[in-house]
Amino acid sequence: MTNKAASRQRKEKACKTLVMLCGLLIIALVIVIALFLVVNGSGTFIQYHHSVFEFLFSSDWDPSDTPGVGGGKVGALIYIVGTIYTCALALLIAVPFSLAAAIFLSEISPKFGARFLQPAIEIFVGIPSVVYGWVGMTVLVPFIAKKFHAPMGGYSVLAAGIVLAIMIMPTITTLSADALRSLPPRCKMGALGMGATRWQAIYTVQVPMAKSGVITGVILGLSRALGETLAVAMVIGKTRAFPKGILYPTNNLTAAIAADMGNTANGSEYNLALWSMALLLLILSLICIALIHLTLKKKKEY
Amino acid sequence: MSDNKDKIVVDHMDLFYGDFQALKDINLRMPEHEITAFIGPSGCGKSTLLKSLNRMNDLVEGCKITGKIEIDGQDIYDKKVDVNQLRKQVGMVFQQPNPFDMSIYDNVAYGPRIHGIKNRSALDEIVERSLRGAGLWDEVKDRLKRNAVGVSGGQQQRICIARALAVEPDILLMDEPTSALDPISTSAIEDLAMELKENYTIVIVTHNMQQAVRISDRTAFFYLGEMVEYAPTDELFATPKNPKTEEYITGRFG
Ligand SMILES: Nc1ncnc2c1ncn2[C@@H]1O[C@H](COP(=O)(O)OP(=O)(O)OP(=O)(O)O)[C@@H](O)[C@H]1O
Ligand SMILES: [Mg+2]
Repeated sequence: MTNKAASRQRKEKACKTLVMLCGLLIIALVIVIALFLVVNGSGTFIQYHHSVFEFLFSSDWDPSDTPGVGGGKVGALIYIVGTIYTCALALLIAVPFSLAAAIFLSEISPKFGARFLQPAIEIFVGIPSVVYGWVGMTVLVPFIAKKFHAPMGGYSVLAAGIVLAIMIMPTITTLSADALRSLPPRCKMGALGMGATRWQAIYTVQVPMAKSGVITGVILGLSRALGETLAVAMVIGKTRAFPKGILYPTNNLTAAIAADMGNTANGSEYNLALWSMALLLLILSLICIALIHLTLKKKKEY
Repeated sequence: MSDNKDKIVVDHMDLFYGDFQALKDINLRMPEHEITAFIGPSGCGKSTLLKSLNRMNDLVEGCKITGKIEIDGQDIYDKKVDVNQLRKQVGMVFQQPNPFDMSIYDNVAYGPRIHGIKNRSALDEIVERSLRGAGLWDEVKDRLKRNAVGVSGGQQQRICIARALAVEPDILLMDEPTSALDPISTSAIEDLAMELKENYTIVIVTHNMQQAVRISDRTAFFYLGEMVEYAPTDELFATPKNPKTEEYITGRFG
Protein backbone atom coordinates (compact mmCIF):
# COMPACT_ATOMS: atom_id res chain seq x y z
CA MET A 1 0.00 0.00 0.00
CA THR A 2 2.50 2.60 1.14
CA ASN A 3 4.85 1.41 -1.56
CA LYS A 4 2.21 2.00 -4.19
CA ALA A 5 1.37 5.40 -2.82
CA ALA A 6 5.01 6.37 -2.78
CA SER A 7 5.50 5.28 -6.37
CA ARG A 8 2.40 7.19 -7.40
CA GLN A 9 3.74 10.26 -5.69
CA ARG A 10 7.05 9.87 -7.46
CA LYS A 11 5.27 9.64 -10.80
CA GLU A 12 3.21 12.68 -9.96
CA LYS A 13 6.32 14.63 -9.14
CA ALA A 14 8.09 13.52 -12.32
CA CYS A 15 5.12 14.60 -14.43
CA LYS A 16 4.96 17.96 -12.70
CA THR A 17 8.66 18.55 -13.27
CA LEU A 18 8.37 17.61 -16.93
CA VAL A 19 5.44 19.94 -17.50
CA MET A 20 7.22 22.73 -15.73
CA LEU A 21 10.38 22.20 -17.77
CA CYS A 22 8.36 22.38 -20.97
CA GLY A 23 6.76 25.60 -19.81
CA LEU A 24 10.11 27.09 -18.91
CA LEU A 25 11.55 26.03 -22.23
CA ILE A 26 8.81 27.87 -24.09
CA ILE A 27 9.31 31.00 -22.03
CA ALA A 28 13.06 30.79 -22.56
CA LEU A 29 12.59 30.38 -26.30
CA VAL A 30 10.33 33.41 -26.53
CA ILE A 31 12.81 35.49 -24.57
CA VAL A 32 15.74 34.32 -26.68
CA ILE A 33 13.95 35.09 -29.93
CA ALA A 34 12.91 38.50 -28.69
CA LEU A 35 16.44 39.24 -27.51
CA PHE A 36 17.87 38.10 -30.81
CA LEU A 37 15.53 40.43 -32.68
CA VAL A 38 16.31 43.33 -30.36
CA VAL A 39 20.08 42.85 -30.62
CA ASN A 40 20.13 42.52 -34.40
CA GLY A 41 17.29 44.95 -35.08
CA SER A 42 18.88 47.73 -33.08
CA GLY A 43 22.10 47.47 -35.13
CA THR A 44 20.69 49.81 -37.75
CA PHE A 45 20.44 52.55 -35.16
CA ILE A 46 23.47 51.77 -32.99
CA GLN A 47 26.05 50.36 -35.37
CA TYR A 48 25.11 52.31 -38.49
CA HIS A 49 23.83 55.45 -36.71
CA HIS A 50 20.52 55.80 -38.52
CA SER A 51 17.70 57.54 -36.69
CA VAL A 52 14.51 55.71 -35.82
CA PHE A 53 12.74 58.60 -37.47
CA GLU A 54 14.49 57.92 -40.79
CA PHE A 55 13.64 54.24 -40.58
CA LEU A 56 9.95 54.83 -39.86
CA PHE A 57 9.17 57.91 -41.92
CA SER A 58 11.50 58.01 -44.91
CA SER A 59 10.95 56.10 -48.11
CA ASP A 60 14.55 56.28 -49.33
CA TRP A 61 15.73 52.72 -49.35
CA ASP A 62 19.27 52.06 -50.47
CA PRO A 63 21.20 50.23 -47.77
CA SER A 64 24.75 49.13 -48.38
CA ASP A 65 25.42 45.42 -48.48
CA THR A 66 29.08 45.47 -47.49
CA PRO A 67 29.60 44.53 -43.85
CA GLY A 68 31.00 47.38 -41.83
CA VAL A 69 30.34 49.96 -44.52
CA GLY A 70 27.36 52.18 -43.78
CA GLY A 71 26.14 55.37 -45.38
CA GLY A 72 23.18 53.93 -47.25
CA LYS A 73 19.54 54.78 -46.79
CA VAL A 74 17.20 52.71 -44.67
CA GLY A 75 13.78 54.41 -44.96
CA ALA A 76 11.27 51.57 -44.68
CA LEU A 77 8.15 53.68 -45.04
CA ILE A 78 6.99 52.01 -48.24
CA TYR A 79 7.05 48.61 -46.61
CA ILE A 80 5.34 49.92 -43.50
CA VAL A 81 2.61 51.59 -45.53
CA GLY A 82 2.22 48.42 -47.58
CA THR A 83 1.69 46.41 -44.40
CA ILE A 84 -0.76 48.89 -42.93
CA TYR A 85 -2.65 49.29 -46.18
CA THR A 86 -3.10 45.57 -46.85
CA CYS A 87 -4.00 44.76 -43.25
CA ALA A 88 -6.52 47.59 -43.01
CA LEU A 89 -8.13 46.47 -46.24
CA ALA A 90 -8.20 42.89 -45.00
CA LEU A 91 -9.98 43.93 -41.81
CA LEU A 92 -12.41 46.09 -43.74
CA ILE A 93 -13.38 43.09 -45.82
CA ALA A 94 -13.16 40.38 -43.17
CA VAL A 95 -14.95 41.99 -40.22
CA PRO A 96 -18.42 42.37 -41.77
CA PHE A 97 -18.34 38.91 -43.33
CA SER A 98 -17.06 37.32 -40.13
CA LEU A 99 -19.68 39.03 -38.01
CA ALA A 100 -22.40 37.87 -40.36
CA ALA A 101 -21.06 34.33 -40.26
CA ALA A 102 -20.83 34.44 -36.46
CA ILE A 103 -24.43 35.62 -36.17
CA PHE A 104 -25.48 32.88 -38.55
CA LEU A 105 -23.61 30.27 -36.51
CA SER A 106 -24.84 31.36 -33.12
CA GLU A 107 -28.29 32.74 -33.78
CA ILE A 108 -29.81 32.02 -37.15
CA SER A 109 -29.07 28.40 -37.73
CA PRO A 110 -26.95 26.79 -35.02
CA LYS A 111 -27.69 23.29 -36.31
CA PHE A 112 -26.81 23.85 -39.94
CA GLY A 113 -23.91 26.01 -38.78
CA ALA A 114 -22.51 23.30 -36.54
CA ARG A 115 -22.88 20.67 -39.26
CA PHE A 116 -21.47 22.54 -42.24
CA LEU A 117 -20.16 26.02 -41.56
CA GLN A 118 -18.09 25.16 -38.49
CA PRO A 119 -16.20 22.28 -40.19
CA ALA A 120 -15.68 24.46 -43.25
CA ILE A 121 -14.15 27.16 -41.06
CA GLU A 122 -11.89 24.65 -39.38
CA ILE A 123 -10.66 23.44 -42.77
CA PHE A 124 -9.94 27.04 -43.74
CA VAL A 125 -7.67 27.37 -40.71
CA GLY A 126 -5.73 24.28 -41.71
CA ILE A 127 -4.99 25.29 -45.29
CA PRO A 128 -1.30 26.25 -45.68
CA SER A 129 -0.72 29.83 -46.70
CA VAL A 130 1.06 28.85 -49.91
CA VAL A 131 -2.27 27.46 -51.11
CA TYR A 132 -4.00 30.73 -50.41
CA GLY A 133 -1.25 32.54 -52.27
CA TRP A 134 -1.44 30.16 -55.16
CA VAL A 135 -5.21 30.42 -55.50
CA GLY A 136 -4.85 34.18 -55.19
CA MET A 137 -2.27 34.18 -57.97
CA THR A 138 -4.13 31.94 -60.39
CA VAL A 139 -7.73 33.03 -59.76
CA LEU A 140 -7.90 36.36 -57.97
CA VAL A 141 -5.06 38.24 -59.67
CA PRO A 142 -6.25 37.52 -63.24
CA PHE A 143 -9.79 38.33 -62.18
CA ILE A 144 -8.75 41.72 -60.83
CA ALA A 145 -6.73 42.38 -63.96
CA LYS A 146 -9.69 41.62 -66.20
CA LYS A 147 -12.42 43.19 -64.14
CA PHE A 148 -10.72 46.42 -63.12
CA HIS A 149 -8.01 46.70 -65.81
CA ALA A 150 -5.42 46.89 -63.05
CA PRO A 151 -1.82 47.68 -63.96
CA MET A 152 0.75 44.97 -63.25
CA GLY A 153 -1.71 42.28 -64.29
CA GLY A 154 -3.75 42.42 -61.13
CA TYR A 155 -0.95 42.03 -58.59
CA SER A 156 -2.14 44.61 -56.12
CA VAL A 157 -3.01 45.79 -52.64
CA LEU A 158 -6.55 44.62 -53.38
CA ALA A 159 -5.42 41.08 -54.13
CA ALA A 160 -3.34 40.99 -50.95
CA GLY A 161 -6.18 42.45 -48.90
CA ILE A 162 -8.65 39.87 -50.15
CA VAL A 163 -6.29 36.94 -49.60
CA LEU A 164 -5.52 38.16 -46.09
CA ALA A 165 -9.20 38.72 -45.38
CA ILE A 166 -10.02 35.14 -46.28
CA MET A 167 -7.18 33.91 -44.10
CA ILE A 168 -8.27 35.83 -41.00
CA MET A 169 -12.02 35.35 -41.35
CA PRO A 170 -12.08 32.00 -39.51
CA THR A 171 -10.39 33.52 -36.45
CA ILE A 172 -12.73 36.48 -36.22
CA THR A 173 -15.78 34.33 -36.93
CA THR A 174 -14.95 31.69 -34.34
CA LEU A 175 -14.21 34.14 -31.56
CA SER A 176 -17.25 36.29 -32.31
CA ALA A 177 -19.55 33.27 -32.45
CA ASP A 178 -18.18 32.00 -29.14
CA ALA A 179 -18.77 35.39 -27.56
CA LEU A 180 -22.33 35.54 -28.87
CA ARG A 181 -23.07 32.01 -27.73
CA SER A 182 -21.80 32.62 -24.23
CA LEU A 183 -24.20 35.49 -23.54
CA PRO A 184 -26.91 34.45 -21.11
CA PRO A 185 -30.24 34.11 -22.94
CA ARG A 186 -31.99 36.49 -20.59
CA CYS A 187 -30.55 39.57 -22.30
CA LYS A 188 -31.90 38.50 -25.65
CA MET A 189 -35.20 37.54 -24.00
CA GLY A 190 -35.39 41.01 -22.46
CA ALA A 191 -35.21 42.58 -25.91
CA LEU A 192 -37.59 40.14 -27.56
CA GLY A 193 -39.99 40.48 -24.63
CA MET A 194 -40.34 44.13 -25.43
CA GLY A 195 -41.31 43.49 -28.98
CA ALA A 196 -37.90 43.72 -30.61
CA THR A 197 -37.54 41.63 -33.75
CA ARG A 198 -34.85 38.99 -33.90
CA TRP A 199 -32.60 41.32 -35.91
CA GLN A 200 -33.14 44.22 -33.57
CA ALA A 201 -32.24 42.02 -30.61
CA ILE A 202 -29.11 40.86 -32.41
CA TYR A 203 -27.72 44.19 -33.46
CA THR A 204 -28.88 46.38 -30.61
CA VAL A 205 -28.27 44.05 -27.68
CA GLN A 206 -26.41 40.86 -28.45
CA VAL A 207 -23.58 42.08 -30.69
CA PRO A 208 -22.80 45.08 -28.45
CA MET A 209 -22.74 42.79 -25.42
CA ALA A 210 -20.39 40.39 -27.19
CA LYS A 211 -18.06 43.16 -28.29
CA SER A 212 -15.06 42.21 -26.19
CA GLY A 213 -15.01 38.78 -27.84
CA VAL A 214 -15.45 40.32 -31.26
CA ILE A 215 -12.63 42.79 -30.63
CA THR A 216 -10.35 40.01 -29.41
CA GLY A 217 -11.08 38.11 -32.64
CA VAL A 218 -10.37 41.18 -34.75
CA ILE A 219 -7.03 41.83 -33.02
CA LEU A 220 -5.98 38.19 -33.28
CA GLY A 221 -6.92 38.31 -36.95
CA LEU A 222 -4.95 41.51 -37.36
CA SER A 223 -1.84 40.02 -35.80
CA ARG A 224 -2.12 37.07 -38.14
CA ALA A 225 -2.46 39.44 -41.09
CA LEU A 226 0.55 41.46 -39.92
CA GLY A 227 2.74 38.40 -39.86
CA GLU A 228 1.50 36.63 -42.96
CA THR A 229 4.27 36.44 -45.51
CA LEU A 230 4.05 33.91 -48.29
CA ALA A 231 0.47 34.40 -49.43
CA VAL A 232 0.92 38.17 -49.50
CA ALA A 233 4.28 37.96 -51.23
CA MET A 234 2.70 35.95 -54.01
CA VAL A 235 0.02 38.50 -54.90
CA ILE A 236 1.22 41.93 -53.79
CA GLY A 237 3.42 42.54 -56.80
CA LYS A 238 6.58 43.23 -54.76
CA THR A 239 7.11 46.69 -56.16
CA ARG A 240 8.99 49.21 -54.04
CA ALA A 241 6.67 52.15 -54.55
CA PHE A 242 3.77 53.68 -52.70
CA PRO A 243 0.59 52.24 -54.19
CA LYS A 244 -1.45 54.89 -56.01
CA GLY A 245 -4.63 53.02 -55.16
CA ILE A 246 -5.84 49.59 -54.20
CA LEU A 247 -5.34 48.31 -57.74
CA TYR A 248 -1.61 49.10 -57.67
CA PRO A 249 1.19 46.82 -56.53
CA THR A 250 3.46 47.62 -53.62
CA ASN A 251 5.48 45.67 -51.08
CA ASN A 252 5.21 45.06 -47.36
CA LEU A 253 7.47 44.29 -44.41
CA THR A 254 7.15 40.51 -44.38
CA ALA A 255 7.48 39.99 -48.12
CA ALA A 256 10.53 42.28 -48.27
CA ILE A 257 12.22 40.48 -45.39
CA ALA A 258 11.54 37.07 -46.90
CA ALA A 259 12.73 38.07 -50.34
CA ASP A 260 15.91 39.90 -49.35
CA MET A 261 17.15 38.26 -46.18
CA GLY A 262 18.96 35.43 -47.96
CA ASN A 263 20.70 37.79 -50.35
CA THR A 264 22.31 40.10 -47.84
CA ALA A 265 25.70 39.77 -46.20
CA ASN A 266 25.59 39.01 -42.50
CA GLY A 267 25.94 42.15 -40.41
CA SER A 268 25.74 44.55 -43.34
CA GLU A 269 23.61 47.66 -43.20
CA TYR A 270 21.10 46.02 -45.53
CA ASN A 271 20.97 42.90 -43.39
CA LEU A 272 20.46 44.83 -40.18
CA ALA A 273 17.78 47.05 -41.72
CA LEU A 274 15.81 43.89 -42.47
CA TRP A 275 16.28 42.82 -38.86
CA SER A 276 14.92 46.18 -37.79
CA MET A 277 11.84 45.53 -39.91
CA ALA A 278 11.41 42.17 -38.19
CA LEU A 279 11.76 43.87 -34.82
CA LEU A 280 9.07 46.34 -35.87
CA LEU A 281 6.75 43.43 -36.67
CA LEU A 282 7.44 41.93 -33.27
CA ILE A 283 6.60 45.22 -31.60
CA LEU A 284 3.38 45.50 -33.60
CA SER A 285 2.28 42.05 -32.59
CA LEU A 286 3.17 42.73 -28.95
CA ILE A 287 0.94 45.79 -29.15
CA CYS A 288 -1.84 43.56 -30.48
CA ILE A 289 -1.42 41.15 -27.60
CA ALA A 290 -1.45 43.98 -25.09
CA LEU A 291 -4.66 45.28 -26.65
CA ILE A 292 -6.26 41.85 -26.33
CA HIS A 293 -5.36 41.69 -22.66
CA LEU A 294 -6.79 45.16 -22.14
CA THR A 295 -10.11 44.23 -23.77
CA LEU A 296 -10.33 41.00 -21.84
CA LYS A 297 -9.65 42.80 -18.60
CA LYS A 298 -12.45 45.23 -19.33
CA LYS A 299 -14.83 42.39 -20.14
CA LYS A 300 -17.88 42.40 -17.91
CA GLU A 301 -19.71 39.44 -16.48
CA TYR A 302 -23.43 39.43 -17.11
CA MET B 1 -64.54 41.27 -5.72
CA SER B 2 -64.52 43.92 -8.39
CA ASP B 3 -66.54 43.73 -11.56
CA ASN B 4 -63.67 44.73 -13.79
CA LYS B 5 -64.01 43.26 -17.24
CA ASP B 6 -61.86 40.32 -18.19
CA LYS B 7 -58.59 41.37 -19.72
CA ILE B 8 -57.06 37.95 -20.31
CA VAL B 9 -59.06 34.81 -20.97
CA VAL B 10 -57.40 31.40 -21.16
CA ASP B 11 -59.76 28.86 -22.59
CA HIS B 12 -59.18 25.09 -22.65
CA MET B 13 -55.52 25.58 -23.22
CA ASP B 14 -53.04 22.71 -23.47
CA LEU B 15 -49.33 23.19 -23.97
CA PHE B 16 -46.79 20.63 -25.09
CA TYR B 17 -43.01 20.72 -25.11
CA GLY B 18 -42.50 18.03 -27.73
CA ASP B 19 -44.27 15.01 -26.29
CA PHE B 20 -44.38 16.37 -22.77
CA GLN B 21 -47.62 18.05 -21.78
CA ALA B 22 -46.68 20.92 -19.50
CA LEU B 23 -50.15 22.47 -19.17
CA LYS B 24 -53.44 20.62 -19.12
CA ASP B 25 -56.80 22.17 -19.93
CA ILE B 26 -56.21 25.56 -18.34
CA ASN B 27 -59.26 27.83 -17.95
CA LEU B 28 -58.68 31.22 -16.41
CA ARG B 29 -60.12 34.74 -16.59
CA MET B 30 -58.00 37.60 -15.34
CA PRO B 31 -59.76 40.92 -14.81
CA GLU B 32 -58.40 44.30 -15.76
CA HIS B 33 -56.54 46.39 -13.15
CA GLU B 34 -56.01 43.50 -10.83
CA ILE B 35 -53.01 41.51 -9.75
CA THR B 36 -53.28 37.80 -10.39
CA ALA B 37 -50.75 35.55 -8.68
CA PHE B 38 -49.67 32.13 -9.91
CA ILE B 39 -48.44 29.84 -7.17
CA GLY B 40 -47.48 26.18 -7.06
CA PRO B 41 -44.52 23.88 -6.62
CA SER B 42 -41.50 24.03 -8.89
CA GLY B 43 -42.08 22.64 -12.36
CA CYS B 44 -45.87 22.87 -12.26
CA GLY B 45 -46.01 25.16 -15.27
CA LYS B 46 -46.38 28.67 -13.86
CA SER B 47 -43.66 30.23 -16.00
CA THR B 48 -44.86 28.26 -18.98
CA LEU B 49 -48.34 29.72 -18.70
CA LEU B 50 -46.96 33.21 -18.11
CA LYS B 51 -44.77 32.98 -21.19
CA SER B 52 -47.68 31.89 -23.33
CA LEU B 53 -49.43 35.16 -22.53
CA ASN B 54 -46.96 37.14 -24.64
CA ARG B 55 -45.94 34.26 -26.86
CA MET B 56 -42.38 34.00 -25.58
CA ASN B 57 -42.99 30.27 -25.94
CA ASP B 58 -42.81 30.73 -29.69
CA LEU B 59 -39.04 30.82 -29.19
CA VAL B 60 -38.98 27.32 -27.73
CA GLU B 61 -38.54 24.73 -30.41
CA GLY B 62 -41.20 22.03 -30.31
CA CYS B 63 -43.62 24.01 -28.18
CA LYS B 64 -47.22 23.54 -29.26
CA ILE B 65 -50.38 25.12 -27.92
CA THR B 66 -54.00 24.13 -28.38
CA GLY B 67 -57.04 25.93 -27.05
CA LYS B 68 -57.31 29.68 -26.90
CA ILE B 69 -55.83 32.69 -25.16
CA GLU B 70 -57.63 35.98 -25.63
CA ILE B 71 -56.51 39.45 -24.67
CA ASP B 72 -59.18 42.11 -25.00
CA GLY B 73 -61.26 39.53 -26.82
CA GLN B 74 -58.60 38.96 -29.48
CA ASP B 75 -57.10 35.50 -29.92
CA ILE B 76 -53.38 36.15 -29.53
CA TYR B 77 -52.37 32.98 -31.34
CA ASP B 78 -54.34 34.02 -34.40
CA LYS B 79 -52.26 34.16 -37.59
CA LYS B 80 -53.06 37.83 -38.08
CA VAL B 81 -51.51 38.86 -34.78
CA ASP B 82 -48.20 40.72 -34.97
CA VAL B 83 -46.11 39.10 -32.24
CA ASN B 84 -43.92 42.17 -31.79
CA GLN B 85 -46.95 44.36 -31.25
CA LEU B 86 -48.35 41.79 -28.84
CA ARG B 87 -45.16 41.79 -26.79
CA LYS B 88 -45.24 45.56 -26.75
CA GLN B 89 -48.73 45.39 -25.29
CA VAL B 90 -47.85 42.59 -22.87
CA GLY B 91 -44.62 43.51 -21.09
CA MET B 92 -42.47 41.08 -19.19
CA VAL B 93 -40.18 41.30 -16.17
CA PHE B 94 -37.89 38.36 -15.59
CA GLN B 95 -36.68 36.54 -12.52
CA GLN B 96 -33.06 37.62 -12.95
CA PRO B 97 -32.75 41.35 -13.54
CA ASN B 98 -31.58 41.63 -17.13
CA PRO B 99 -30.63 45.20 -17.90
CA PHE B 100 -28.77 45.68 -21.16
CA ASP B 101 -25.13 46.68 -21.13
CA MET B 102 -25.88 50.34 -21.75
CA SER B 103 -26.76 53.43 -19.77
CA ILE B 104 -29.85 53.60 -17.59
CA TYR B 105 -31.30 56.10 -20.03
CA ASP B 106 -30.67 53.89 -23.04
CA ASN B 107 -32.16 50.89 -21.26
CA VAL B 108 -35.41 52.68 -20.63
CA ALA B 109 -35.44 54.31 -24.05
CA TYR B 110 -34.71 50.97 -25.71
CA GLY B 111 -38.30 49.90 -26.27
CA PRO B 112 -39.59 53.23 -27.58
CA ARG B 113 -36.58 53.42 -29.91
CA ILE B 114 -37.10 50.01 -31.46
CA HIS B 115 -40.72 50.90 -31.93
CA GLY B 116 -39.71 53.96 -33.90
CA ILE B 117 -39.56 56.93 -31.52
CA LYS B 118 -36.47 59.02 -32.29
CA ASN B 119 -37.33 62.48 -31.06
CA ARG B 120 -35.00 63.34 -28.22
CA SER B 121 -37.42 65.34 -26.11
CA ALA B 122 -40.14 62.72 -26.52
CA LEU B 123 -37.65 60.10 -25.35
CA ASP B 124 -36.57 62.26 -22.40
CA GLU B 125 -40.17 62.51 -21.37
CA ILE B 126 -40.82 58.78 -21.68
CA VAL B 127 -37.67 57.94 -19.72
CA GLU B 128 -38.63 60.27 -16.90
CA ARG B 129 -42.23 59.06 -16.80
CA SER B 130 -41.21 55.40 -16.82
CA LEU B 131 -38.55 55.83 -14.16
CA ARG B 132 -41.05 57.72 -12.01
CA GLY B 133 -43.53 54.93 -12.64
CA ALA B 134 -40.99 52.44 -11.40
CA GLY B 135 -40.28 54.57 -8.34
CA LEU B 136 -36.70 55.10 -9.35
CA TRP B 137 -36.53 58.60 -10.74
CA ASP B 138 -35.27 60.36 -7.63
CA GLU B 139 -32.59 57.74 -7.09
CA VAL B 140 -31.14 57.83 -10.58
CA LYS B 141 -32.05 61.15 -12.16
CA ASP B 142 -28.51 62.45 -11.69
CA ARG B 143 -26.83 59.41 -13.19
CA LEU B 144 -28.91 58.45 -16.17
CA LYS B 145 -25.69 58.05 -18.16
CA ARG B 146 -24.35 55.38 -15.84
CA ASN B 147 -24.26 51.82 -17.03
CA ALA B 148 -27.30 49.93 -15.79
CA VAL B 149 -25.31 46.74 -15.22
CA GLY B 150 -23.38 48.46 -12.45
CA VAL B 151 -26.24 49.42 -10.08
CA SER B 152 -27.69 47.30 -7.25
CA GLY B 153 -29.85 44.26 -7.97
CA GLY B 154 -33.02 45.93 -6.71
CA GLN B 155 -32.35 49.00 -8.83
CA GLN B 156 -31.60 46.80 -11.83
CA GLN B 157 -34.95 45.10 -11.45
CA ARG B 158 -36.73 48.43 -11.20
CA ILE B 159 -34.85 49.62 -14.29
CA CYS B 160 -36.22 46.53 -16.01
CA ILE B 161 -39.71 47.42 -14.85
CA ALA B 162 -39.24 50.98 -16.08
CA ARG B 163 -37.98 49.59 -19.36
CA ALA B 164 -41.11 47.48 -19.66
CA LEU B 165 -43.34 50.44 -18.79
CA ALA B 166 -41.67 52.64 -21.40
CA VAL B 167 -43.45 50.95 -24.30
CA GLU B 168 -46.78 51.59 -22.60
CA PRO B 169 -48.01 48.05 -22.23
CA ASP B 170 -51.36 47.37 -20.64
CA ILE B 171 -50.38 44.04 -19.15
CA LEU B 172 -47.28 43.36 -17.09
CA LEU B 173 -46.08 39.80 -16.61
CA MET B 174 -43.65 39.24 -13.76
CA ASP B 175 -41.92 35.92 -13.25
CA GLU B 176 -40.68 35.78 -9.66
CA PRO B 177 -39.47 39.37 -9.94
CA THR B 178 -38.20 39.54 -6.37
CA SER B 179 -36.66 36.14 -5.86
CA ALA B 180 -33.17 37.47 -6.54
CA LEU B 181 -33.61 40.52 -4.32
CA ASP B 182 -33.16 41.50 -0.68
CA PRO B 183 -36.19 42.24 1.58
CA ILE B 184 -36.04 46.01 1.15
CA SER B 185 -35.90 45.88 -2.65
CA THR B 186 -38.61 43.25 -2.53
CA SER B 187 -40.98 45.43 -0.62
CA ALA B 188 -40.23 48.35 -2.93
CA ILE B 189 -41.24 46.21 -5.88
CA GLU B 190 -44.35 44.96 -4.12
CA ASP B 191 -45.45 48.51 -3.37
CA LEU B 192 -44.73 49.39 -6.94
CA ALA B 193 -46.86 46.52 -8.24
CA MET B 194 -49.79 47.68 -6.15
CA GLU B 195 -49.48 51.21 -7.50
CA LEU B 196 -49.13 50.00 -11.05
CA LYS B 197 -52.34 48.01 -11.03
CA GLU B 198 -54.27 51.29 -11.23
CA ASN B 199 -53.15 51.49 -14.81
CA TYR B 200 -52.04 48.01 -15.73
CA THR B 201 -53.18 44.44 -15.43
CA ILE B 202 -50.54 42.43 -13.64
CA VAL B 203 -49.81 38.73 -13.55
CA ILE B 204 -47.12 37.63 -11.14
CA VAL B 205 -45.52 34.27 -10.50
CA THR B 206 -44.29 33.82 -6.95
CA HIS B 207 -42.97 31.16 -4.63
CA ASN B 208 -43.57 33.43 -1.70
CA MET B 209 -47.03 32.84 -0.26
CA GLN B 210 -46.91 35.99 1.87
CA GLN B 211 -46.16 37.95 -1.23
CA ALA B 212 -49.22 36.57 -2.99
CA VAL B 213 -51.35 37.44 0.05
CA ARG B 214 -49.89 40.91 0.33
CA ILE B 215 -50.31 42.08 -3.20
CA SER B 216 -52.59 39.92 -5.32
CA ASP B 217 -56.33 40.15 -5.82
CA ARG B 218 -56.66 36.65 -7.17
CA THR B 219 -54.54 33.59 -6.89
CA ALA B 220 -54.30 30.51 -9.08
CA PHE B 221 -52.75 27.37 -7.68
CA PHE B 222 -51.08 25.00 -10.12
CA TYR B 223 -50.00 21.45 -9.62
CA LEU B 224 -48.35 19.17 -12.21
CA GLY B 225 -49.54 21.20 -15.17
CA GLU B 226 -53.11 21.58 -13.98
CA MET B 227 -54.80 24.55 -12.47
CA VAL B 228 -56.16 23.13 -9.25
CA GLU B 229 -57.87 26.17 -7.82
CA TYR B 230 -58.46 29.79 -8.73
CA ALA B 231 -60.15 32.23 -6.40
CA PRO B 232 -59.91 35.68 -4.86
CA THR B 233 -56.71 35.62 -2.85
CA ASP B 234 -58.21 36.05 0.62
CA GLU B 235 -60.68 33.27 -0.08
CA LEU B 236 -58.12 30.89 -1.47
CA PHE B 237 -55.83 31.32 1.50
CA ALA B 238 -58.60 31.36 4.15
CA THR B 239 -60.77 28.57 2.84
CA PRO B 240 -59.01 26.52 0.17
CA LYS B 241 -61.51 24.19 -1.45
CA ASN B 242 -59.04 21.63 -2.72
CA PRO B 243 -57.01 19.55 -0.26
CA LYS B 244 -53.94 19.92 -2.51
CA THR B 245 -54.18 23.69 -2.27
CA GLU B 246 -54.47 23.49 1.46
CA GLU B 247 -51.46 21.22 1.73
CA TYR B 248 -49.42 23.61 -0.38
CA ILE B 249 -50.35 26.87 1.30
CA THR B 250 -49.88 25.43 4.75
CA GLY B 251 -46.42 24.48 3.68
CA ARG B 252 -46.76 20.73 3.86
CA PHE B 253 -45.20 20.23 0.46
CA GLY B 254 -43.60 22.19 -2.32
N1 LIG C 1 -38.11 24.73 -22.97
C1 LIG C 1 -38.61 23.63 -22.39
N2 LIG C 1 -38.52 22.44 -23.02
C2 LIG C 1 -39.01 21.32 -22.44
N3 LIG C 1 -39.60 21.29 -21.25
C3 LIG C 1 -39.72 22.43 -20.57
C4 LIG C 1 -39.23 23.67 -21.11
N4 LIG C 1 -39.48 24.65 -20.22
C5 LIG C 1 -40.11 24.05 -19.18
N5 LIG C 1 -40.26 22.74 -19.39
C6 LIG C 1 -40.91 21.79 -18.48
O1 LIG C 1 -42.26 22.18 -18.29
C7 LIG C 1 -42.63 22.07 -16.94
C8 LIG C 1 -43.08 23.39 -16.39
O2 LIG C 1 -41.98 24.26 -16.33
P1 LIG C 1 -42.08 25.75 -15.81
O3 LIG C 1 -40.78 26.40 -16.02
O4 LIG C 1 -43.27 26.40 -16.40
O5 LIG C 1 -42.33 25.51 -14.25
P2 LIG C 1 -42.49 26.56 -13.10
O6 LIG C 1 -43.79 26.28 -12.45
O7 LIG C 1 -42.27 27.94 -13.59
O8 LIG C 1 -41.33 26.13 -12.12
P3 LIG C 1 -40.40 27.06 -11.21
O9 LIG C 1 -41.21 27.41 -10.03
O10 LIG C 1 -39.25 26.16 -10.84
O11 LIG C 1 -39.97 28.23 -12.01
C9 LIG C 1 -41.43 21.50 -16.20
O12 LIG C 1 -41.62 20.10 -16.06
C10 LIG C 1 -40.28 21.79 -17.11
O13 LIG C 1 -39.29 20.79 -17.01
MG1 LIG D 1 -40.72 29.40 -13.28
